[in-house]
Amino acid sequence: MATQGPIPEIDDPMIDPRTGEYAVIAPGHTFKSVTQKVAGIVLTDNTPLSWLGGLFLSATVAMGVVVAVTWLVLKGVGIWGITIPGAWGFAIINFVWWIGIGHAGTLISAILLLFKQTWRNSINRFAEAMTIFAVCCAAMFPLLHVGRPWLGYWLLPYPNSMNVWPQFRSPLAWDVFAVSTYATISIVFWYMGMIPDFGTLRDRAKSPLAKYVYGMLAVGWRGSTRHWIRYESASLLLAGLSTPLVLSVHTTISFDFAVAAMAGWHTTIFPPYFVAGAVYSGFAMVLTLAIPIRKFYHLEDLVTLRHLDNMAKVMLATGSIVGYGYGMEVFMSWYSASHWEYFMMWNRMFGPMGWAYWVLILTNLAIPLTTLWSRKLRVNAAYLFFLSFVVNIGMWFERFVIVVTSLYRDYLPSSWGTYRATKWDYMLFIGTWGLFSTLFLLFARFAPMIPMSELRTMLPQAKIGKGGEDAKAVVQEAI
Amino acid sequence: MPPREGVYGLLAEFNTPGELVQATKLAYGAGYRRMESYTPYPVEEAAEALHFHKTRVPLICLLGGLMGLTTGALLEIWINVWGYPLNLRAMPLFSWPAFVVPAYEWTILFAGLSTCFGMLALNGLPQLYHPLFNAPNFADGASTDKFFLCLEANDPRFDRIETRKLLERCSPVSIVEVQH
Repeated sequence: MATQGPIPEIDDPMIDPRTGEYAVIAPGHTFKSVTQKVAGIVLTDNTPLSWLGGLFLSATVAMGVVVAVTWLVLKGVGIWGITIPGAWGFAIINFVWWIGIGHAGTLISAILLLFKQTWRNSINRFAEAMTIFAVCCAAMFPLLHVGRPWLGYWLLPYPNSMNVWPQFRSPLAWDVFAVSTYATISIVFWYMGMIPDFGTLRDRAKSPLAKYVYGMLAVGWRGSTRHWIRYESASLLLAGLSTPLVLSVHTTISFDFAVAAMAGWHTTIFPPYFVAGAVYSGFAMVLTLAIPIRKFYHLEDLVTLRHLDNMAKVMLATGSIVGYGYGMEVFMSWYSASHWEYFMMWNRMFGPMGWAYWVLILTNLAIPLTTLWSRKLRVNAAYLFFLSFVVNIGMWFERFVIVVTSLYRDYLPSSWGTYRATKWDYMLFIGTWGLFSTLFLLFARFAPMIPMSELRTMLPQAKIGKGGEDAKAVVQEAI
Repeated sequence: MPPREGVYGLLAEFNTPGELVQATKLAYGAGYRRMESYTPYPVEEAAEALHFHKTRVPLICLLGGLMGLTTGALLEIWINVWGYPLNLRAMPLFSWPAFVVPAYEWTILFAGLSTCFGMLALNGLPQLYHPLFNAPNFADGASTDKFFLCLEANDPRFDRIETRKLLERCSPVSIVEVQH
C-alpha cells in the first residue's frame, strides 16, 4: 500500500508503479548477475584498501578488550566501578545491550521467514552474522563478572569431584541455558543458511585454496531437488524454533531483574518490554551496518530503499511498544501506591542521575518516534544512519537507567551509594565495539554477505509459468 | 549399492526451471524413477515432478525436541531433588516452575541441532565427491543459473541410446554422459 506521504519521483526505476513502493531487487537482474555481484565481493583478488584500513582501525580498538581483560584477570573485578549497592554496573548493562542488538538478526531470519516477508532475504545473512558477533560480545560480560572467568565452566551441569551442581531456581542459571542455546542455534542457523552459497563460491572460486576451503564448508552441496526440499523443511523448522527462542532469551534476561524484589525491577511488563527494546536496538544496528555496506559494496540494487523503509517501520512499531513500556512503568509506580516504587521513579527522573533518564527519553522516544512517521525520512539513508546511532545510545541508556537507578538507592537509605564507571569499564565496552566490527569486517570479506540462493527465488525468472508453458509446447510436439 | 565405475547417468542441462519441470514430468511418465534434478535454488515444482513430497526432517526435529525436554527436565529434577538438594528460602525441592526455562531451552537446543544434522544426514552430506562434479557444465552452472536433470544409469529403464533420445525431446542445452 502506498502511504499518504508524497511519492518521490514516480519515474524512479526503483519504484514499482503498481504499488508506489520501492522494489526489493532492482529490475533487470538475472540469476547470474546477482550471483556475480555477491560472490564477487568474496572472490575478488583485490582486497579494497578501505577494508584493510577499517580492519586495522577495528582491530586496534578491539585491543582494548585484550588490555582490559588482561588487567581484570590480574587484578580482579575491583578495577571496575561495581561496588555495593551498585554491584551490577557496566557488566550487566553491556550484556543486555549487546544481546538485545543480536535479537533483530533472529527476528529477521526467523520471524520474517515464517511471515513470508521475502524482502528480508537480502538482509538476513548479515543480520544473522550481527547476532552471532553481538552474542560473542555479550557473553563476555557475565563471564568476566563472575570474577574468576577461568572457572566459568562451573556454571554448567557436569559431574565433578566437588560434588556440587548448579542451582536451577536462580534466573542467573536460566541465563546460562538461554544464552548458550541462543548462541548455538544462531550459529547453526547461520551456517546452514550459508551451505548452498558456499557451494556457489566453491564452484566459482579460481584459487585452489578458496576452492578447498569453500568446498569443505559446502560439505558437497550440489543443489539436488530432494536435498533442497529437506533443506527448506529444516530452515522452516529452525525458524519455528528460533522464534520462541529469541523471545525466551530476552524474557529470561528480563527475569534477572523481574524476579528480584527491587523497586523498578519487580514488574510483569519486563519480558515484553525487554523483547521490544531488543528488537528496536537490533534493527537500529542492522541499519548502522546495512547503510555503509550497501554504499561501499554498491549493493543498492539488492539492499534497496524498500529495506530501509521497512526496517524503519519495524523500528517505529517496536519503539512505540518501548514507549508504552516507559509510560506503564511511570503509571504503575504511581498506581501501585508503593512508597518504594514511587521514590524509585522520582529518583530515576529527578535524582542525581536523572539526566540519564532524560537522555533516554530524548534518544529513544522523542527523536525517533516523531520523525519516523515521515516517509521522506524513512527512505533517507543518511538520516536513518544517524538515527540508528541515536537509538542505540538510547537503548544503552535504558539499561543504564534500569540497572543503576534501582540499585544505588534501594530500600535502606543508610546503604545508599552511587555508581561511577572506571576507565577499565569504558575500555572494555569500547573494545567490544572494535571486536564486533572486526568480526563483521572479516565476515563481509570472506563469507557470502547476502544469501544468493534466496535472492534467486525472488527474481521474476524463478516463477514457473512462461518457461513452463514454452517447455510444455516442446514436449507436446515431441510426443 | 550403485556401481562405482562406468556411466553414472545422463545429465541434461536447461536454461529455465519450467523446462526442467516439464522434462522431469516426461521422464517420470516414461517410467524412470532413479533420477534427480539439480537447481540453484529450491524449486518446489521440480520436487512435485519427481513425486518427492515427504521428508523425515520434521520427525527428527520432534524427536530431538522431546529428547531435549526429557533430558533437561530429568537433569534439573535429579540435581535439585536428589543430587544436590539445597533448602533455599524454604522453596520445595521439586519447584517445577523454576525448571521450565532451562528445560525449554534444551528442548529448542536439541531440536535445532537434530534438525540441522538430521537434514544433512538424510541428504548424505558431507559427501565431498560426487560423479556429477566431473561434468564441466555442472560445476559451472548448477550453483548459479542452470537447471539439470540427471537420469541415473542404475535405473532399470536406462539405456544410453534410448534415454538420450528421450531427453533430446525436451530440447535441453546439452546432454552429457557422466562417468563415475
